[in-house]
Amino acid sequence: MPKTQGQPGMLGRVTGALGRSRELTLVALIVLMCAIVSLGAPQFLSISNLDQVTAMAAIFAIAGIGEAMVVMTKNIDLSVESTIGLVAFLVGVTLRQGDLPVPAAWLLGIGVGLLLGMVNGAVITVFRIPSIVVTLGTLSIFRGLVFIIAGGKEVNLSDLPAGYANLATDTVLGVPVFVIVAVVIVAIVGLLLWKTRFGRQVYAVGSNAEAAAILGIRSRLVTFAVFSIAGLLGGIAGVMWGIYFGTIYATSASGVVLQIVAAVVVGGVSIAGGTGTVVGAALGALFLALINNALLVLQLPQELLQAIYGAVILVAVSADALLSRRNKGQAAQEAAR
Amino acid sequence: MTPRLELTGISKRFAATAALTDVALRLLPGEIHALVGENGAGKSTLVKTIAGVHQPDAGEIRLDGERITIPSPAAARAMRIAVVHQEPRLFPDLSVAENIFLIAPPTDRLHTIAWREMRRRAANLFEQLDVKMDVSAPVRGLSMADQQLIEIAKALSLDARVLILDEPTASLSTHEVERLFTIVRRTKERGVGVLFVSHRLDEVFALCDRATVFRDGRHVITAPTSELTTASLVRHMVGREVSLFPKEASTLGEPLLEVRGLSDAAGFRDVSFTVRAGEILGLAGLVGAGRTEIARVLFGIESRTAGEVLLDGKPVNFRSPSEALRAGIAYVPEDRHQDGLVLDFSIANNITLPILPRLFPRLLLRARVEDEVARSFSEPLRVRATGVGQAVSALSGGNQQKVVIAKWLATKPRVLILDEPTRGVDIGAKVEVHRIVSELAATGLAIVMISSDLPEVLAMSDRILVLHEGRVAAEIARSDASEERVMFAATGQVEAAAAGAGHGG
Repeated sequence: MPKTQGQPGMLGRVTGALGRSRELTLVALIVLMCAIVSLGAPQFLSISNLDQVTAMAAIFAIAGIGEAMVVMTKNIDLSVESTIGLVAFLVGVTLRQGDLPVPAAWLLGIGVGLLLGMVNGAVITVFRIPSIVVTLGTLSIFRGLVFIIAGGKEVNLSDLPAGYANLATDTVLGVPVFVIVAVVIVAIVGLLLWKTRFGRQVYAVGSNAEAAAILGIRSRLVTFAVFSIAGLLGGIAGVMWGIYFGTIYATSASGVVLQIVAAVVVGGVSIAGGTGTVVGAALGALFLALINNALLVLQLPQELLQAIYGAVILVAVSADALLSRRNKGQAAQEAAR
Repeated sequence: MTPRLELTGISKRFAATAALTDVALRLLPGEIHALVGENGAGKSTLVKTIAGVHQPDAGEIRLDGERITIPSPAAARAMRIAVVHQEPRLFPDLSVAENIFLIAPPTDRLHTIAWREMRRRAANLFEQLDVKMDVSAPVRGLSMADQQLIEIAKALSLDARVLILDEPTASLSTHEVERLFTIVRRTKERGVGVLFVSHRLDEVFALCDRATVFRDGRHVITAPTSELTTASLVRHMVGREVSLFPKEASTLGEPLLEVRGLSDAAGFRDVSFTVRAGEILGLAGLVGAGRTEIARVLFGIESRTAGEVLLDGKPVNFRSPSEALRAGIAYVPEDRHQDGLVLDFSIANNITLPILPRLFPRLLLRARVEDEVARSFSEPLRVRATGVGQAVSALSGGNQQKVVIAKWLATKPRVLILDEPTRGVDIGAKVEVHRIVSELAATGLAIVMISSDLPEVLAMSDRILVLHEGRVAAEIARSDASEERVMFAATGQVEAAAAGAGHGG
């Protein structure tokens, strides 16, 4: 989205730039945090630790990109964690039975993800039920399917092809494969939102549904499409989840929807719809994954982790809100002159 | 007699516009006092000042002789000033009784709500009003008239000294209006000072003891209704200089849009008119006369129940705005925030939104092309901004309106429907918008302009269609048009119109 131009003063220039762009704020926060944490725990910046963190961040980023598109249209998808769990388990079971080669099992998983997203989108747009209600329902239904498939048994690492789990930390030219996948998806979806008619319609529907309707934009079709894409990306995240953990339980990925939505919000996608970028959502996922890891390597008391994690999210979002409000004030003054 | 409420020297400005200038009003106990004036005369600003919503910049308010300030709506309630708004503001899921006693419910010894007492008192209020009402039922589903009665019951529960009724009859049927009048008269007998804000002059004469006229935020006259006539009241309402923005002469072409016997479900009935290329047809009438509804049917947002629409002599029936757009009709809606603009978008993104498929038939958008196209439509309109990349949320109202017009011009329409195109913009921007509309007509567009601003309608229109309660009350040619004639027709005074025009004109 093009941003409003303004000319803040000398000191205001840095904070001004940060306030205008949530992405820059996040990059600054990430750098700052890495610097501080590595002072207290040098192993934080070690290659093997960072590979672990970024692989996890990549999974959350991909699911977060789908969630971000949904949130941009003023909807929410709570079922994404069940999609991840179901796809991860399904791919694991398929590989255990050895019916399909690995790439085909992955495609199957991604296809199932797409299908689940289409189910969400269809129920929401055909019956015109709020997405929070529909996906609360499918959150349980999709999870229920995992329990049926699992029949009380988990998929073990030993059931899978040799070396399967190593894919999570494999690198190409020193860059982890998971990170490459996430960056490619950020690029594709970013381009879709920024450079295509469809992308413009996503923002328009989320920002002002009435105006969009008068312009002849078919907002229900747009909504159906974003839920389908969110399902597809949830499927990809599910495949990667299976690779990362190797051992998959029927309850795998339970509760991660909160982290995914947090990544989207921290990434600057307004819950009120109409604004935000997928780069922001991906950076939000990276930021949260880093915090999670930093709290571990700093060896803070285990029982404090959850509370600190939440506090950091609130501080980050509040700081950004303050900065951008001050910027808006400045822009208004400029306009009044 | 000490007035219930006495306002003197009240002034109120909003940024560049003076909403009220040095106005006075004396509301006596036991009188029904009408406040009349055109849209924008300052009536609602005055009502909001008395209700504690706005603080006056200057002037004095006295309640029963005592000098007061009214810092908030809660303070107004505490002083027993009750306001019944045009649209009832109730909580649909709460019961009638709960709505009445929401702020100060009766309590029992434990300071918990005394439900039975609350229902008893509510029922008692409706008994006083001589109305049957189930006070335990939720408000949702009640008619507008019943909801208004609840507002009045609320006012009674305050034991109001001053009761303000702001356009209370706008959405009532004739029978319901009669019932309301009976109740208002009964309230008056209790010594309450009633201020009755209305557009409907027949009601002013039927109900009110005295009337005050505002025009352009100034007090014009206060007189007993027995000393006024409809004609003199209208003259006081509109008597002002004719405008600074006449439409340029243009040659009228073929009829582009023809409407025959058009009706919709509720808003308007049996409306017919024709607009030629190069012509501006003004649609005048009071708020709620059905003008916007006609526009929404023509643009395919709502559907019609009868009649036909011809474009270039061929019958058309649009089922969606995109069909209307493709056929060459554009509609600039009344509420630019709700319907017109995507505030998060830049000027360029707003302007190109309706034409993206045509501009970029292939997959990718190109920002350079978009900016160029946007500039080609926004520059002739002199949109004041740092560039087409600026967010529309940072623009002034007048400039936002120009962006909305630019957006619809980008669709290259042949028929342009403008709904209140200058509402809420300052006088400078207003003149600019008029210049633009006039130039567009000169290029051969057929323009339908809905406006409540009478000088604007008179100056801009080649012909004026006046609507009254959903029907065409008069069609007046430019040469025969006067503010009086339009106002008479708009208030339903068809018989008197000829006589009024004879005096005025």
